[in-house]
Amino acid sequence: MSDLSAARTMPFDPWPPAVLAAAMLVPLVWIAPSTWLILTVAGFAMGMMIFIMASGLTLVFGLMGVINFGHGAFVSLGAFLAASVLTRMTGWTAPDALALNLVAVGPALIVAVLVTGALGWAFERIIIRPVYDNHLKQILVTIGGIIVVEQMIHVLWGPDQIPLPRPTAFKGSVGAGDLVFEKYRLLACVLGVAVFAGLHALLNRTKFGLLVRAGVENGAMVEALGYPIRMLFVVVFVAGSALAGMGGVMWGLYQEIITAGMGMEVMVLIFIVIIVGGLGSVGGCFLGAVLVGLVANYTGFLAPKLALASNILLMVVVLMWRPQGLYPVIRQ
Amino acid sequence: MIDRLLSGDLPRGRVLSFLVLAVVLALALAPILFPGQRNLDVAARICVFIVLVASYDLLLGYTGIVSFAHTMFFGIGAYGVAIASVRLGTGWDALAIGLIAALSLSAALALAIGLFSLRVRAIFFAMVTLAVASAFQILASQLSWLTGGEDGLTFRIPAVLTPGFRLSEEPILGVMITGRTLLYWGVFLVSASLFLVMLRMVNAPFGRVLQAIRENDFRAEALGYRTVVYRTSASVLSALIATLAGAMMALWLRYNGPATTLSFSIMVDILLMVVIGGMGSLYGAILGATLFILAQNYLQDLMKQAAAATQGVPLLPELLHPDRWLLWLGVLFVLSVYFFPSGIVGRLRGVER
Repeated sequence: MSDLSAARTMPFDPWPPAVLAAAMLVPLVWIAPSTWLILTVAGFAMGMMIFIMASGLTLVFGLMGVINFGHGAFVSLGAFLAASVLTRMTGWTAPDALALNLVAVGPALIVAVLVTGALGWAFERIIIRPVYDNHLKQILVTIGGIIVVEQMIHVLWGPDQIPLPRPTAFKGSVGAGDLVFEKYRLLACVLGVAVFAGLHALLNRTKFGLLVRAGVENGAMVEALGYPIRMLFVVVFVAGSALAGMGGVMWGLYQEIITAGMGMEVMVLIFIVIIVGGLGSVGGCFLGAVLVGLVANYTGFLAPKLALASNILLMVVVLMWRPQGLYPVIRQ
Repeated sequence: MIDRLLSGDLPRGRVLSFLVLAVVLALALAPILFPGQRNLDVAARICVFIVLVASYDLLLGYTGIVSFAHTMFFGIGAYGVAIASVRLGTGWDALAIGLIAALSLSAALALAIGLFSLRVRAIFFAMVTLAVASAFQILASQLSWLTGGEDGLTFRIPAVLTPGFRLSEEPILGVMITGRTLLYWGVFLVSASLFLVMLRMVNAPFGRVLQAIRENDFRAEALGYRTVVYRTSASVLSALIATLAGAMMALWLRYNGPATTLSFSIMVDILLMVVIGGMGSLYGAILGATLFILAQNYLQDLMKQAAAATQGVPLLPELLHPDRWLLWLGVLFVLSVYFFPSGIVGRLRGVER
């Protein structure tokens, strides 16, 4: 009960951003400022891409307690769709003209978002709907789902990894002297912040967002007030899948080589992010994603051997401090 | 006698008993019934995977928790034997040291993961194990000075267990008994004993508590069972048995690398075997592992013919391509979670009733 009363009057919790700031500033002790800035941008870009992929998953969990291990399937599919679109548009991607390149990336993103959204709808319908309220079956069935989608990618695009070249204008870097930033990373930062701002506005400024937030906190009450929470959930699921598809396009362009298994690989990072952020919290997911991206980049520079364990370590530390994640979602 | 050996948990059902008996007999007599390197290889793999899958069923089917770190423990066992044999030289003492080190590492890791994530929320466990297992896999391929990296380690085992060793110059029952055959029977016996130990475990009061936790953890806790303790012990025990299975696998292959024991695709294989065979019954592991590995080795030949036969029809040849066998098993997996969650074993038992 104390949780509930806390929820009503809960002011903005400044501790998680403070931790993030500390995590950003402490490495300055060992890293030169210019290098630090480059690493920070890189980490932020990585975090933004993970955030785009993870945001849908955390909301889906928050709303219905559904955990979708097949989320990575949308990531892979998005990347492969983009590859198909972009290879057909080499006339638009090859010239070094930002406007032309953006026009080419646009259809790739739109196709990826539409198709993964549609697949998300089918996934919810066929795979997840029969197993609401049963975590064990959800995990098993969604794993089955990702196996089937991965294999279908093999059927449609062949068994090998394929290249996903960046349009020319996003290659290379900008800056002067010691400060050189990869262009694509800056783009990823911009897009990520835009998505976050959009989601934030949607959740906090619209009636739909209000219902979603209320549903995360107390689904039964929203339903009792006459709002169809299942419909709400389907919409969020489709939107989350579409975002994963979009994130897949960006992640694919970032890696430049895509495989059918890339979704499953990135799932590991996504899970760490949503656990660190607090399952169900979009703000937590954003902070968690930035934290994971930054820590990965700093440790990758300072102690490359530690880099792979750094995310696990981060998760352990955060969960020791707050067992429910940075921004625990208070339910019922 | 048999009832005591099987801890009073007989397969039940005529068809099921027959199938289990047939598999066990076939495995016991494999070197005599199915001579040939490939067949013996398949049989040994089935033995090891029955143990591995049964130990996973302890978690998934009996306790109701999903772990993605089972291949990690499998890998630890295999690496323990492999690294010890490479570093300490060929011999029984090296094998023993490797095995003990592997078992201790597995127990410590399983304990840490369990205490850390089962305390918070059971669903965390699935995600945390996925993260830890993938980090471990990367670690194993990075520390190439110790683990041989992506190439893995090839090592020698005591001469008694190698194909060069002959028990006698004359064939016995028409079969040359080589060291390889002895090793196979060793693997078979150890697998069988481990299976019986697990059967004992799930039919002991301990196993009953695990099943109570699976059905309703809140009520189990209210009855006075510390669910965290039981869940964690189940996960440690299952990790230890997986480690032993890994050691057997490495011993049999005389090789270990990330792809053979650690990869995520093996984790998926284990999941498929448990679910298709039947969750919540150790006999499901016998049928699931046997069916899956036979399919893995022989279904592809069948699909090759099907793909050739459908040449010219759009998309069908790609769908039936031998490399796409996992697609069909994936579909079967999803269907079986929905329609027969108790797998083949549940089906066969249901028919009899």
